[in-house]
Amino acid sequence: MATTTVPGQLPERLTRIWETAPGLYGVLASVDHKTIGRRYLVTSIIFLLLGGGEAAVMRLQLSHADAHLLSPEAYNQLFSMHGITMIFWYAAPVLSGFSNYLWPLMLGARDMACPRANALSYWTFLMSGVFLYTSVLVGQVPDRGWFAYAPLTEAAYSPGLNMDFYAIGLTFLSVSTSVGAVNFIVTLFKTRAPGLSVNRLPIFVWGTLTTSFSVLLATPALTAACVMLFLDRRFGSHFFDPGHGGSALLWQHMFWSFGHPWVYIVVLPAMGMVSDLIPTFCRRPLVGYTLVALATVSTGILGFGVWVHHMFATGIPATASSFFSAASMVITIPSAIAVFSWLATMWHGRPIFKTPMLFAAGFIVLFVVGGVSGVATAANAYDLQLTDTYFVVAHLHYVLIGINVFAVMAGFYFWLPKITGRMMSEWLGKLNFWLMFLGFGVGFFPMHTLGLMGMPRRIYTYSSGFGWGWQNMWVTVGAYVFALGVVVFVINFFWSLAMGEPAGPNPWDAPTLEWAMSSPPPDYNFEHIPIVGSRHPLWEDRLDEGTGRTVFGGPVLDHARDTFGTTPLDAEPQEILRMPEDTAWPFVLSLSILVIAYGLVFGAMWLAVLGVIGLFVSIVGWLLPSHEPTIPAEV
Amino acid sequence: MQSTMNILTSAGPVAAAQVRLGWWLVIVSVVVIVVVGVLVLVGAFRSRDDAGDRYRIVREGGGIRWIVVGGIIVPAIILAATLAFTIGTEVATAAPPADPSVTVEVIGHRWWWEVKYAGAPSHTVVTANEIHIPVGTPVRIELSSADVIHSFWIPQLAGKTDVIPGQRNVTWFQADKPGVYRGACTEYCGLQHANMAAYVVAESPAEFRQWLQAQSDSANSPTDPDAMVGLGVFQRSACGACHAIRGADALGHVGPELTHLASRMTIAAGALENTRGNLAGWIANSQAIKPGNDMPVMALSPGDLQALVSYLETLK
Repeated sequence: MATTTVPGQLPERLTRIWETAPGLYGVLASVDHKTIGRRYLVTSIIFLLLGGGEAAVMRLQLSHADAHLLSPEAYNQLFSMHGITMIFWYAAPVLSGFSNYLWPLMLGARDMACPRANALSYWTFLMSGVFLYTSVLVGQVPDRGWFAYAPLTEAAYSPGLNMDFYAIGLTFLSVSTSVGAVNFIVTLFKTRAPGLSVNRLPIFVWGTLTTSFSVLLATPALTAACVMLFLDRRFGSHFFDPGHGGSALLWQHMFWSFGHPWVYIVVLPAMGMVSDLIPTFCRRPLVGYTLVALATVSTGILGFGVWVHHMFATGIPATASSFFSAASMVITIPSAIAVFSWLATMWHGRPIFKTPMLFAAGFIVLFVVGGVSGVATAANAYDLQLTDTYFVVAHLHYVLIGINVFAVMAGFYFWLPKITGRMMSEWLGKLNFWLMFLGFGVGFFPMHTLGLMGMPRRIYTYSSGFGWGWQNMWVTVGAYVFALGVVVFVINFFWSLAMGEPAGPNPWDAPTLEWAMSSPPPDYNFEHIPIVGSRHPLWEDRLDEGTGRTVFGGPVLDHARDTFGTTPLDAEPQEILRMPEDTAWPFVLSLSILVIAYGLVFGAMWLAVLGVIGLFVSIVGWLLPSHEPTIPAEV
Repeated sequence: MQSTMNILTSAGPVAAAQVRLGWWLVIVSVVVIVVVGVLVLVGAFRSRDDAGDRYRIVREGGGIRWIVVGGIIVPAIILAATLAFTIGTEVATAAPPADPSVTVEVIGHRWWWEVKYAGAPSHTVVTANEIHIPVGTPVRIELSSADVIHSFWIPQLAGKTDVIPGQRNVTWFQADKPGVYRGACTEYCGLQHANMAAYVVAESPAEFRQWLQAQSDSANSPTDPDAMVGLGVFQRSACGACHAIRGADALGHVGPELTHLASRMTIAAGALENTRGNLAGWIANSQAIKPGNDMPVMALSPGDLQALVSYLETLK
């Protein structure tokens, strides 16, 4: 390890060590978690807008009976891409964005444990999304729904490249999610600031940690299913073809044993965000921190034992079906624990309704609605009536919008001042909340009653005799009001960049480490690595929390890109980790996978081979020892 | 024609048991939502005794009781009761109380339902999209698929059972009173998933026997001159390559059997009412009505088309 001290004042030295090179190379080579986090957030919001636009067109078609705005092909492509985009390219990546940006700040580290893998995770996310949307350019868009049941997806029933884009696109994306998950796990167990023991972690960190394990255990099922589907479609295998000894249900088991854990993957970090911001606005610590952390982890574990509740109608025996029904009800308990922790925090605190808290309060209500409708669909005997109707559409939107989008909005209003250094407008924020909350209620609540009135999901048209028309008009109007709320958010974001008040380090007087440095944070995050003494480092003086006191004037680590390596549970310092330099190889590697993906989907094997060569070259390039001195020379 | 698909208006014991459970779930859900909603609102707006610094950090104890009571004990009780009710309903509806008097084989196709009554009364009766059953007695439904996964659902009679290729799922229901109960395919099965309705026609046992007898007869030979021309059009246009008509040498199995087409209420799996004009429109250009279905556009002269429809209308 180099021992030369970089000259100059400390912040300048640290900046020189941690800053990214200017110009295009810097753009492609940055491994800074803050840059990557921002990119994740922006990219996933772009996918949110794409998926929202798709929904907006669908809702016009469904707003009245016997509409002829869209052809059945177009409708089927729109609802499929809406689901695929929102669930895979928005809901999880947006949380990865928050986690990427916030984790090292919350953990008192200089970066994620594997910064280059982090860059790879982002580039593969972006490029898999580019790949997916190439299907739009070539006019062969996935049209079999986001869970794409075989054998409808087999070549016999889905000729064309549509479902090849789906199978290869999701396989591609799984590289991103898996790499990201590994990185979060290593980061958590290796690079926390000294003293930040696991019982002091923000609940958001618990959420992302839990889901990272879920990703590692669940994603292989999806990836395998997609690869098998592609083999069936293009290479003559018969995994999902019952006519040749395959099984139609195999896809469902593989998909949902991934898919249900995925539901928790897209909500647990979001619940964690709310668990962390509610205490800030209620001016007190979270009630039942330990129970909530345990509830988070147990939800992640139980999430692997409930997948058959998506398959109650497939003809499985009543005993097996009832087992999964029971398991699906048990998983309600950890959620109830979280809800009553938030309520208790409100009642035993003094809530201040800034925009983030408004979204958090709305989130609690929507969470409960989505939760009880989840219990209704978990009751197997009644789910036979509810499944595949609009009731399920209502339920899943209460979960995905209520628990993910509302938490994400709360998170943006809460943390964007940290990220951009500027406050968002409170006035626009409240307008944003009420448009989204009321629009959501008007738009999505009637889906429950539409389901009870028998409207099946995934139909591009319906006749007027069922009495579904006026409620569908409500749904459409509400959805557009909701969309207006999203527009207001975008406006507020740009307004804050241009005219927002400077935020300062800690605009909300929040308790956790990410508020300890300037906003936006410097390249190196912390001038001095903090030695953490409690769960609320910035509130210690005002809480009677025993003797724990966080030290902010601790070690500096200004020799090179260094951060602390600490023990997994108690975060006792073990070593100083040398972090890698910027590099464009993760970008080249991702680009190579994109080339492989195009080669596979268009059947151009030479292109795929070219991509494989690129892949190996970039792996070698990535692993080559750096010849650059690790310490920038004095200018 | 009745066209409700409302889950809550059950017309048979299976659906009735499911709806009872459903009402329990609805009531519990509404109570939980209201209670939590009130707790959020009151928690937000109730006045605090100390009017000091709004931003002061507080740490009063006692909050943990909220979690133990509201987050663990109360939900555990509600969920245990719900689970008991659920499993009770599941067990009660899993099998019919008595041996079904009628077995109907229902085969899902993209995008229509083939309906078979094996061996009844002299040989197998085949029809489409319309399932006649006697009231007041359990009916066994055997489900299979000719292509992809569908799901069979008659909301007023019973919940869904998936129709899966390579697998024979069996379900049952019973209609308590005569009527027409509309159902639909509820597993997305491609382009025309939206237009794949099924109807259950429940009638008195005597009427049902009569219907079955009539369905097992071969088609009448047409006597009306126009219809006789129509039969010629039918044969010349190779309609029989896809459609079967017993008694007219048409043996196709791609599309629905037409032997007693005129006795059905709808055509194209509920997409159209079975009227002369709709039949003509469907034959002339079914792709405009239900794009993507397997029926080709038939380029017939207006005269031939009218004659063909006249023939089809004799298939009572």
